[in-house]
Amino acid sequence: MKFILNGTEVEYTGALNARLLDVLRDEYRLTGVKCGCREGECGSCSVIMDGILTNSCLVAMGRAEGSTIVTIEGYSNTERFRALDKAYADVSAVQCGFCIPGMILASECILAKNPHPTEAEIRVGISGNLCRCTGYNAIVHAIDIAAKEGSGLW
Amino acid sequence: MDKISESITRIDHTPKITGAAMYVADYPTVGVLFGKLLYSSKPRARLLDVIVPELPEGYLVVDRNDVPGENSVHIVLDDTPVFACETVEYIGEPILMVVGPDEKEVLRIVNAIKIVYEELPAILSMRESDVVFFNYEFGKGELDKSFSEADKIYEEEFRTGRQEHAYLETQGMIAEPHDGRMTVHGSIQCPYYIQRAVAKALGYDAGSVQIRQDVTGGAFGGKEAFPSILACQTAVAAHKAGRPVRVVFDREEDMEYTSKRHPSLCTYRVAVKDGMVTAMDIDVIYDAGAYTTLTPVVLQRGIICSTGVYNIVNLHVHGRAVKTNTVPSGAFRGFGGPQTFFAIEMMMQHIAKDMGIDSITFKQKHLAVLGDQTSTGGRYHFPVPIPVMIEEVDKVCDFRRKYKEYSKPQTGRYLRGIGMSLYFHGAGFTGSGERDFIKAVARIHKTADGTVHILTANTDMGQGLKTTFTKIIAKELDLPYNRIIIENPDTDFVPDSGPTVASRSLMIVGELLRRAAARLSVEWKDGEDQIIEEHFQEPDFLVPFSLEDFHGDAYPTYAWAVAAVETEVDTVTGLSNVLGTYGSFDVGTPIDMNIVVGQMEGGLMQGIGYAFMEQISADAKGRIRNNKLSDYIIPTSMDVPNLEVIIHVEKYPLGPYGAKGAGELAVVGVPAAYVEAMEMALGTKIDHIPFTAEDTMKVLQEVVNK
Repeated sequence: MKFILNGTEVEYTGALNARLLDVLRDEYRLTGVKCGCREGECGSCSVIMDGILTNSCLVAMGRAEGSTIVTIEGYSNTERFRALDKAYADVSAVQCGFCIPGMILASECILAKNPHPTEAEIRVGISGNLCRCTGYNAIVHAIDIAAKEGSGLW
Repeated sequence: MDKISESITRIDHTPKITGAAMYVADYPTVGVLFGKLLYSSKPRARLLDVIVPELPEGYLVVDRNDVPGENSVHIVLDDTPVFACETVEYIGEPILMVVGPDEKEVLRIVNAIKIVYEELPAILSMRESDVVFFNYEFGKGELDKSFSEADKIYEEEFRTGRQEHAYLETQGMIAEPHDGRMTVHGSIQCPYYIQRAVAKALGYDAGSVQIRQDVTGGAFGGKEAFPSILACQTAVAAHKAGRPVRVVFDREEDMEYTSKRHPSLCTYRVAVKDGMVTAMDIDVIYDAGAYTTLTPVVLQRGIICSTGVYNIVNLHVHGRAVKTNTVPSGAFRGFGGPQTFFAIEMMMQHIAKDMGIDSITFKQKHLAVLGDQTSTGGRYHFPVPIPVMIEEVDKVCDFRRKYKEYSKPQTGRYLRGIGMSLYFHGAGFTGSGERDFIKAVARIHKTADGTVHILTANTDMGQGLKTTFTKIIAKELDLPYNRIIIENPDTDFVPDSGPTVASRSLMIVGELLRRAAARLSVEWKDGEDQIIEEHFQEPDFLVPFSLEDFHGDAYPTYAWAVAAVETEVDTVTGLSNVLGTYGSFDVGTPIDMNIVVGQMEGGLMQGIGYAFMEQISADAKGRIRNNKLSDYIIPTSMDVPNLEVIIHVEKYPLGPYGAKGAGELAVVGVPAAYVEAMEMALGTKIDHIPFTAEDTMKVLQEVVNK
């Protein structure tokens, strides 16, 4: 089966019941996709699948056929990433960093849907991504700053 | 704001945000064997037999018979076995490890192994335990006289529950044998703790064991002692296999079998005369679990904190840590402080309520001030800024007005409450630890090209230490940040500057680095290689601490906090909606404002979780029933949208540029503020945390039944 991974079409010949999370990490060495719980609860393994923020631990490879998947490794080459990167840096929103690749992709999905979200909308948008370090304020602020300073990118 | 407080982009920002940072699970697994532990399923039992199926080629079972050195993990008392001996003492005690090239096959073998147990009676509750691991007692003044002359004596018991660290990255370790040495790297707080533990288990000299920290995805105390145990097991397996072995926990085993915050049972007897507390007789019990690990030090801090921020002249404190057949309790942000701070703050609130005065006025009348004695007969050598901080919090959340308003009888579906808690965190290792055990050494190495390398054993696990250390060197030497290098610690290259615990790293090691850099700036020679080392010196103003007498300055100084929580209870669902959490925090000079604010916000949130969301429940055999993030609930971005932090600065002259310890402070006193708010909303008295939605429903039901 084939799918598009970070802009490149790839052919996958492994088990169709393997988890997308494991395949991304083990076969494609995309270790920015983090494993935190394997039950879709923490959001550390978030990827963007056909434009939707998705827990890759809950996706069987069979479902990925023909899909377009973006991980942090692909997303970090984009202009939009640079706006988020700067905003996260400005407020020091990255602490241990384990949730951050997923948070960045969640940030992208919030802004792609709604370029000028309210604080409440930002909080809903990252509510599937757990962070144990920050208390979330800095991350919420960072997304708000990115929306303002990166205006026009989304 | 001091120049040093102005925030910079964190040194670890880019590798983490791009996904490039290498956490232990991210290392390639080619040529590496997978290890999986097999755990006891009984709370207490004799191990009669282990029946292992025929193993495919390349697969090994590793147990206590394979430990080349001593089968005990060096922590404090070294009673934790690397692998279980004749008996198992809790559900989750590691019995053996299966190691092999294919992870699924390893798991299949683990599941196929049969353990034959002879079950023994287990003690699961600390009330029933008669095995006392640690027993401390201290006091001062005239206790009996104060109680006999009291107008009224209050007595109450308070309970706190287990709390899981729930760092997002689970525990993980890789051990690589090579050239007669063992290299271990993983998710860790304290490289030298692990080095000593692994050397003992392998029977190696310490220099033959190299420990490297990988990028660490949160720890909060959970990676202080536990990694020593996992490192010993992994290293023993690698030693037997003669190949690298990797063990990365899944979430379930991490939540069920690694350390938690100690459950506690505190009983306070308080004498009151003429409206003032005159004496306290305090009994503290901490549930250590099955092995001692870090419990003695946790209990010490707990009982030292048992009088809170108050000046209690006539005092008796008795602290015990007891054994139960449950997973060993361990270090968790606050380290024994949150339990007794909950008890003392609730006790003061309850007395105030009984006397019909507001709790803040009552508490303020008892506040310790500069020069007062601490609980252990040391001194508060520096100003206590709590009164000003109360005003700061009042201003930001209109505390006093709301306190008055919500104290009146309420009707309707939604009931509101607000509460405030006053607390401190003693900065640095407890007692004489820095002087007698740790003896920190920090080093900087300037290479001929003018680059300065920071060499300490302290780890950045997310709290921002790489950034704050770098800022100190940059300021002292007036260097740009890109001329300063700080790597993750590697015991082959860094001196032992002590563990990354106790909110000590910046205050103690940061100051050693500052002094080293100050010397280098005087001695700087262009084009030359220079190494400068600094050693810890005990401050000369301290009343020396003696553990035998439990007397003296347990800490050189304190970080102070005032926290308030405002909540609204839905009487239909029992759910509590936290309307706001506010705090003023004094950690001395912030070495980076964003980093300090981030520590305070994160700590406040963990305190909110501890107060009412995070509950570990076990079945009748002691098996933890909620071992997943879907049934152990930590706060999400929706839970406390309104989180406000004020930074109050009282400089500490012996910390770098006036900095004190910061990492642990915020979490310590949050539950008492939350519970006071809930008591107000529900019009009831509460004596335990977590105070869950189910607890709220019980209270509401009682009202209906009346």
